[in-house]
Amino acid sequence: MLTYIIRRLLYSVVVLLVASFLIFTFVTISGDPLAFLKMSPGASPATIANIEARKHLNDPIVVQYVYWLQDAVTNQFGTTIIGERKIMPDIQRVMGHTIQLVIAAELLAILIAIAIGVYSALRQYSVFDYTATTFSFLGLATPVFWLALMLQILFVNIYLWFDIRIFYTANLSGVDPGGGVYFFLDRVQHLALPVIVLCVASIATYSRYMRGAMLEVINSDYVRTARAKGLKERSVIMRHAFRNALIPLTTVIALNFGGLIGGVVVTETVFGLDGMGLYFINSLNSGDPYPVMAWLMIVSAAVIMFNLLADITYGLLDPRVRHD
Amino acid sequence: MTDLIRTTEGAKPLDRGGPGGDELPEPLHEDELAHESGVAVKARSQWYYVRTRFLRHRLAVASLIFLIFLVLLAIFARRVSPYAYDELDLMNIAQGPTREGTHWFGTDLLGRDYLSRVIFGLRTSLWVAALVAGLTTVIGTAIGSIAGYYGGTVDNLLMRFTDLMITLPLLAVLLTASVFLGNGDPVRVGIILALLIWTGLARIVRGVFLSLREKEFVEAAKAAGAGDARIIIRHLLPNAVGPIIVSMTLIIAAAILIEAALSFLGFGIQPPTPALGKLIADGQTQGFEAWWLVTFPGLVIVAVALAVNFIGDGLRDALDPTQRRLRA
Repeated sequence: MLTYIIRRLLYSVVVLLVASFLIFTFVTISGDPLAFLKMSPGASPATIANIEARKHLNDPIVVQYVYWLQDAVTNQFGTTIIGERKIMPDIQRVMGHTIQLVIAAELLAILIAIAIGVYSALRQYSVFDYTATTFSFLGLATPVFWLALMLQILFVNIYLWFDIRIFYTANLSGVDPGGGVYFFLDRVQHLALPVIVLCVASIATYSRYMRGAMLEVINSDYVRTARAKGLKERSVIMRHAFRNALIPLTTVIALNFGGLIGGVVVTETVFGLDGMGLYFINSLNSGDPYPVMAWLMIVSAAVIMFNLLADITYGLLDPRVRHD
Repeated sequence: MTDLIRTTEGAKPLDRGGPGGDELPEPLHEDELAHESGVAVKARSQWYYVRTRFLRHRLAVASLIFLIFLVLLAIFARRVSPYAYDELDLMNIAQGPTREGTHWFGTDLLGRDYLSRVIFGLRTSLWVAALVAGLTTVIGTAIGSIAGYYGGTVDNLLMRFTDLMITLPLLAVLLTASVFLGNGDPVRVGIILALLIWTGLARIVRGVFLSLREKEFVEAAKAAGAGDARIIIRHLLPNAVGPIIVSMTLIIAAAILIEAALSFLGFGIQPPTPALGKLIADGQTQGFEAWWLVTFPGLVIVAVALAVNFIGDGLRDALDPTQRRLRA
């Protein structure tokens, strides 16, 4: 197992390197980052030449790549192209906010999805099962941004008509939330809608998997054996079936991370949350390739890590899986 | 039996044995023969079974009819829609949906009829989705079949590349691509999308090919002197048609949702071409009172994605009845 993990880790590093080269060439060849500056009358040729020299913009692309990689590793992705603003402190700030959002949404999604999935499997073809299936189809067919906007419209109108503020519909914090419990409550009011939006698609996906896994386990031989031994139904379901049905779900959750990023970008844009997604959209709009590349690298590294985690946890949880 | 009848039709009568096979003065028509022998014999192709199984899936059939209706609406948008998508009705600005008059979906802040705009938006979105589905199928099938058929180093290289593509966060890469490669044109948006989402299909086709290439019929074809291209196209691909069609429907649904998200974020289809995602984005900026501007295009997206998913579900049941459905 250990050699397997080490081998996979090394492989992941190689993948990340190749990805970094792809990302760099892809972003670099597709446009001149100084095109806008060159057109503006306020920028002197000396300034532009200065930036070009500092960022090695006139070198061949492979040389540029090596400079960039060096900067990324030793200098935390360096600075933005205009204004020399350090990239990493910004990303660290927004990452904290995004992690709050993602963890809250995923925890909620996992709990609800497990409950729905298990109950649907135990009552297969019941009204509840069909309702859950319909809603999961609906959840997968609903665009995340549209759901976000509809909730936003709903709660803004509730506020406008009844003067009741249930949830905030934009930003991350109130003007002056206060400290301690007040800060926490304020944060919950701000994050509630984004969390709901983000967890809908996850619930739809996870509950289907959970239902499928649970059905498979319930119909397996060892569950029949457990019943034959005379165990209580509750014990059969909870101790024998449920725990084994959770194994495939861990993989699905880990592999879903890449898709979650898309949801984060959209959700944060709609609600104006100062997180990774909004940072990415703003960087794209500013036309600066450096924060964009840094963001893509960090997110790709996270996705690769979650893929690795999926494989390793599967091996650890399911003794039938052998890595040699 | 039926084959025999068909081949001998019009030829000299043969002694065919089997039920009622005494002496037949002349070849009978299939129906007559069936009637005579008392057994209903009818040529049933594979597609006959697929069709019956699909038709049994009522939700899928209803979805198919609904989708055909929407596609026709989109194709004949110019004739069907009550107004042109950029026509101004200055007497009815920012009007909510009414049944009086013809502004069923209301009008936007410029007084443009929203039903017409949604129909034209649907036209753009469906066109992009169809383009993506077509291109993705070609790319994914080609890469998957080459990897699966040749195996070894070719397979390894192609699949590692596929893994890499899957690693990249899709929406982010798409956004980057549309910013830097330029955007706005539906065809260009479609091509960028297709270049990034062929991975799932490639894996599926590869899987089918890997399991089939060791089968006897491939060996027989090789022994008969068939080349690689012929084996792939004539012998292996027809066996992969089921999974390919099913994942095509999933790709169509995904393409509609992703294109809508791109256009919503301002990196997809650009004005003046209306697209459903862009309509929602514009509706968002026009105030929270004008709820219909956000609601209707979104409902259309949900309806299309839902219908396509149901059709995909029905097709999966029809094309591959042995496959157990784990994922909705």
